[in-house]
Amino acid sequence: MSISSEVIRPPSRPGVARWLHKNLFSSWWNTLLTVVSLALVGFVLVQAARWVLFSADWSPVVQSLRLFAVGPYPAEEMWRIWLALGLATWLLGFSGGRAGGIVQTFALALALAFVALALLPIKLEYLALASRLKWVGLAAAALIGFGLGRRIKLTARWLTLAWVVVFLLTLLLLGGLRNQAVLPFVESGRWGGLLLTFLLALVGIVASFPIGVLLALGRQSKLPVLKALCVLFIEVVRGVPLVTILFMTSILLPLFLPPDFRIDRVLRAMLGMTLFAAAYMAENVRGGLQSIPAGQVEAAKAMGLNGWQTMLLIVLPQALRVVIPAIVGQFIALFMDTTLAIIVGLLELLAIGRAILNSNPAWLLRDMEIYLFIALIFWVFTYSMAYASRRAETALGLGKR
Amino acid sequence: MQASNQVSTEDIIICRGVHKWYEDFHVLRGIDATIKKGEVVVIFGPSGSGKSTFIRTINRLETHQKGDIIVDGIAMTDDVRNIEAIRSEVGMVFQQFNLFPHLKVIDNITLAPIWVRRWPKAKAEQIAMELLARVGIPDQAHKYPGQLSGGQQQRVAIARSLAMQPKIMLFGEPTSALDPEMIKEVLDVMKGLATSGMTMLVVTHEMGFAREVADRMIFFDQGLIVEQGTPEHIFSNPQEDRTKLFLSQIL
Repeated sequence: MSISSEVIRPPSRPGVARWLHKNLFSSWWNTLLTVVSLALVGFVLVQAARWVLFSADWSPVVQSLRLFAVGPYPAEEMWRIWLALGLATWLLGFSGGRAGGIVQTFALALALAFVALALLPIKLEYLALASRLKWVGLAAAALIGFGLGRRIKLTARWLTLAWVVVFLLTLLLLGGLRNQAVLPFVESGRWGGLLLTFLLALVGIVASFPIGVLLALGRQSKLPVLKALCVLFIEVVRGVPLVTILFMTSILLPLFLPPDFRIDRVLRAMLGMTLFAAAYMAENVRGGLQSIPAGQVEAAKAMGLNGWQTMLLIVLPQALRVVIPAIVGQFIALFMDTTLAIIVGLLELLAIGRAILNSNPAWLLRDMEIYLFIALIFWVFTYSMAYASRRAETALGLGKR
Repeated sequence: MQASNQVSTEDIIICRGVHKWYEDFHVLRGIDATIKKGEVVVIFGPSGSGKSTFIRTINRLETHQKGDIIVDGIAMTDDVRNIEAIRSEVGMVFQQFNLFPHLKVIDNITLAPIWVRRWPKAKAEQIAMELLARVGIPDQAHKYPGQLSGGQQQRVAIARSLAMQPKIMLFGEPTSALDPEMIKEVLDVMKGLATSGMTMLVVTHEMGFAREVADRMIFFDQGLIVEQGTPEHIFSNPQEDRTKLFLSQIL
């Protein structure tokens, strides 16, 4: 008999029944454990579902959807937010069509979420038909963008530029301009709710990333003064709680500036969050930089690449890839840290929740519902970030041993 | 048999009294060496003898503290422009390959030509494909280094260095990290390069390779050149006791 005719196969995987038997019902003790655990889990689930569906009173949430979304933003100027949201949604759809992958998933999921919002089983009194139509419109914007993105070949550089333009347009739309009628000025104190939370987190994330990378590079610099300054900044900021930094940028900073040079309140909070996040970002990036073997730099130098080219083409791409999980973890933490803006009087999502609770004596006992709703919103966003990170890791890890 | 390399009379590397210290440790204790254009020089010696450090001073991966190094008419000074000019004329192949794991094979090869030589991408890629064919792995161009065997990675590393069209190639123990069955494929590429007239400085213990293609062999010990000569001289008639002892241990 030849050797090849007798192939030795790995043992086949057990079927469901065998798996159940082996892991859950192998002895009377295991069986007992399984039954008791199932009963416990079932009890908790049933009780939770009963509370959510029958005991809980969701009217404080349902009646305050607009407050949760934008806080005290003037109702007659709401079209500006819809327009900004429409632009961003359309561009996200376009980017998804262009880039595919994770962006595509997000764009399509967003369109689906908007349709779901339009169909929410809530009385028209609280979610007007006009609003529902706008949600559908947003979903359509995402899909139209998606379709265009698949057809129009726009380079990554132009796409990035488009995002910057949309971001600036959004700020312009939200804030308006002083002394004119078309876009009346809306002071940032009236931006609130999810809108404010989102803006704080977005600016914090986008701005802290490059600053953190520069700080990490500065900390590794051979120039003693630059290195000392970076170390000083990083260690001082990391040694102080975020609340303190927010206080400093919000209350102390204006005292040091000339009286007619005023920085907007929201901008001051953004500044504090960015500086705080940048210090931590720098340490994360430094960890990545240290993980790159010296041979990589030697090989780059031996080919004649200069210092900047070596850093930008060889070291940073590898270093950042290594620390994606840490960086995204930090972004998630930053997103939730936006709730601390309540300390300096900004009406972000959590502050709005408290304001809603206190606005109606009948709702005072409905804190559970309100906080659960806020937790759900945070979870949706942070989980999306974690999911994106996982997808990015798999995509980038391809071909790497 | 001795390969017939075309060695010119022109000096391409000149080292005069090169000293180097790591803190208090005196690694190079006065190296005088002149390499001619087209010459293939094998440098060997016990570990810690300074042979690897020596070739790394030639493209300034190590700084020397005393003495002169002149490469292709450019003096090695602290001037970054001089250093970068020398580095773009000198290719180097490392023991650990040092390919860039985040770039595909073809992008590893075209990187320096595009960014240092400012070649258009199409030209760089065309030359990269020619080089990959020359080292025998044109079908691996669009894989990542991690997907290749050690021998293939080292051949990519050689192609990557050649893409800059260097005048000199430095090899730092290029086969020491390879599994035995992969050493030959790398040595074959190096032999082909040697017969093409490239100036090569090779740190290696592959004595068969040295015997076959080296024009000159240099024996390093304790930071000094102890003995040098043709392979015939080194293998059949070494003069120094330390050379004899070392050869008796590795042959």
